[in-house]
Amino acid sequence: MTQASERPPPRPTPQGGWGEGLAAYETASEKRNFGGKLSDWLINNPGSFLTLLFIPPTLWLGLIYIGSLLLFLGHAFFSIDEFAGTIIYEPTWSTIVQLFQPANFDIILRTLVMATAVTIASAIIAYPFAYFAARYAKGKWKAVFYLLVMLPLWSSYLVKVYSWKLLLSQEGIIPSVLKYLHLTPLLEAFLQLPVIGGNSLSTSYFGTFIVFVYIWLPYMILPTQAALERVPLNLLEASSDLGAWPSQTLLHVTWPLALPGLIAGSIFTFSLTLGDYIVPQVVGSSTLYIGNAVYLQQGTAGNLPLAAAFTFVPIIIMLIYLSIAKRMGAFNAL
Amino acid sequence: MRSETPRPPILLSLATLAALLFIHVPLLLIIVYAFSADVSFQFPPSGFTTNWFVVAFGRADLWKAIGLSLRVASIATMIALLLGTMAAAALWKSRFFGRDYISLMFVLPIALPGIITGIALRSAFNLMDIPFSIWTIMLGHATFCIVVVFNNALARFRRISGSMIEASMDLGADGFQTFRYVVLPQIASALLAGGMLAFALSFDEVIVTVFTSGLENKTLPIWIYEQLFKPRERPITNVAAVIVMLVTIIPVLAAYFLTRDGEHTAGAGK
Repeated sequence: MTQASERPPPRPTPQGGWGEGLAAYETASEKRNFGGKLSDWLINNPGSFLTLLFIPPTLWLGLIYIGSLLLFLGHAFFSIDEFAGTIIYEPTWSTIVQLFQPANFDIILRTLVMATAVTIASAIIAYPFAYFAARYAKGKWKAVFYLLVMLPLWSSYLVKVYSWKLLLSQEGIIPSVLKYLHLTPLLEAFLQLPVIGGNSLSTSYFGTFIVFVYIWLPYMILPTQAALERVPLNLLEASSDLGAWPSQTLLHVTWPLALPGLIAGSIFTFSLTLGDYIVPQVVGSSTLYIGNAVYLQQGTAGNLPLAAAFTFVPIIIMLIYLSIAKRMGAFNAL
Repeated sequence: MRSETPRPPILLSLATLAALLFIHVPLLLIIVYAFSADVSFQFPPSGFTTNWFVVAFGRADLWKAIGLSLRVASIATMIALLLGTMAAAALWKSRFFGRDYISLMFVLPIALPGIITGIALRSAFNLMDIPFSIWTIMLGHATFCIVVVFNNALARFRRISGSMIEASMDLGADGFQTFRYVVLPQIASALLAGGMLAFALSFDEVIVTVFTSGLENKTLPIWIYEQLFKPRERPITNVAAVIVMLVTIIPVLAAYFLTRDGEHTAGAGK
């Protein structure tokens, strides 16, 4: 922020920039209107120019976004008066400690398990798709494949959730089709399964899981495909020329090179699942996830400190996740 | 090198096809349902009708929601275009202490889950006694729209060759002229694309909006969101869903075609 004005960047960098060609330019400038003079001044003071450019966006995000964020997160270190329902503005760890109460800790664990499951399933579905798009789609088809992933990615989140309500609800499409195929007993047997089952698909853990996978899958496909595109063909040929089976090439050549892409994709699937509160509300067994807990605590429960404490969980998990991902080279794959 | 691409293994093709169907069928079903003659989710529909579109277009509350969404998305996009481009221009060539932290700040609103942005803004509005209005919604949307424009603009700025700017300056153009005639034409399509993506993002945003809209101001996604929990008007909801799909997909397609040829920007070869 202020660093921009205190330490102006070295002006004419070898790569070029706004101050480029300064010498020739200065001799050429004799008659200059106001705009010219202003631009002269800006070019001669690149530090001030950059600062001017910087101030509005930095203020916006710094004050409105970061400011609100810190203000909100700070509440985690206050507590709430159980009876009056008002916030006691005295620093305390008690709210953070509450996260480790069994009821709250269960929510965190459940969310982590769900995010992990969604990430793994997305990777399993995304990999063959990305491999096909990177290796076998040529020319025009490459663009088509790209669009076929881009469009669902950018389609309305809410509409996507809604579409699964149509699919999973009791009189919805999947149960109807299964009934038509006389496979309803199969569905019932599936719903009898412990943990993932439930009364109906739309009120089961499996329902929540499948909707999460559906919504975040494109975020996994794109970086995986990008990583696979960068695998040089001659590397694969060398591998097979040297006598490797296709499966060996896949395991020892393609897979390690695709891994950073998969990890980059997993950042999205993991983070987005951690913070979501709408999918479990619409499709699921009405158990709580971190997002729901935050939503409830700040809303109906009016417990802003606990909401803030819960918010720390995805932030800290993602910081750890990102540092691991960075070490595995995922950022170069983005 | 082998000149021909070998045929894909059959299992791979099947897995690809399955994934394609998985990500596209649900969205296509929404369209089918918008034309379904039934009031329930019954499948297969007993008949097809365009009647629900007529009914939906006669609804004042739906029009109000569409109007609010359009206004919010337009204002948020304008702010994002201005601030996002400024930030990208400033970060493009500069090197200073803390630069990495500043660039992190410009991606944080998208990197962190939306609920965090939403709640943080809401509690700030509450603490400062700011009443919810179209401006509080817009404030939240602009925050993540800036990120989209910033990323698009920065990616394009990086491809502009420094030698073109040098040449312009050497030939006597001042900084503004260089910006107007050399830099702007090269970044214009990226800005347009960024703006369109920002618009699409804002138009269908719900996660942050839930926290910043209050009870009075219903954007179209908020209208649909409420229908998810008390589904009284399923046919109208289907139509609203199709409208959201169209309004978001058209700008996204346009943005794709605008940036598709970006790699061939003049001078990019250096």
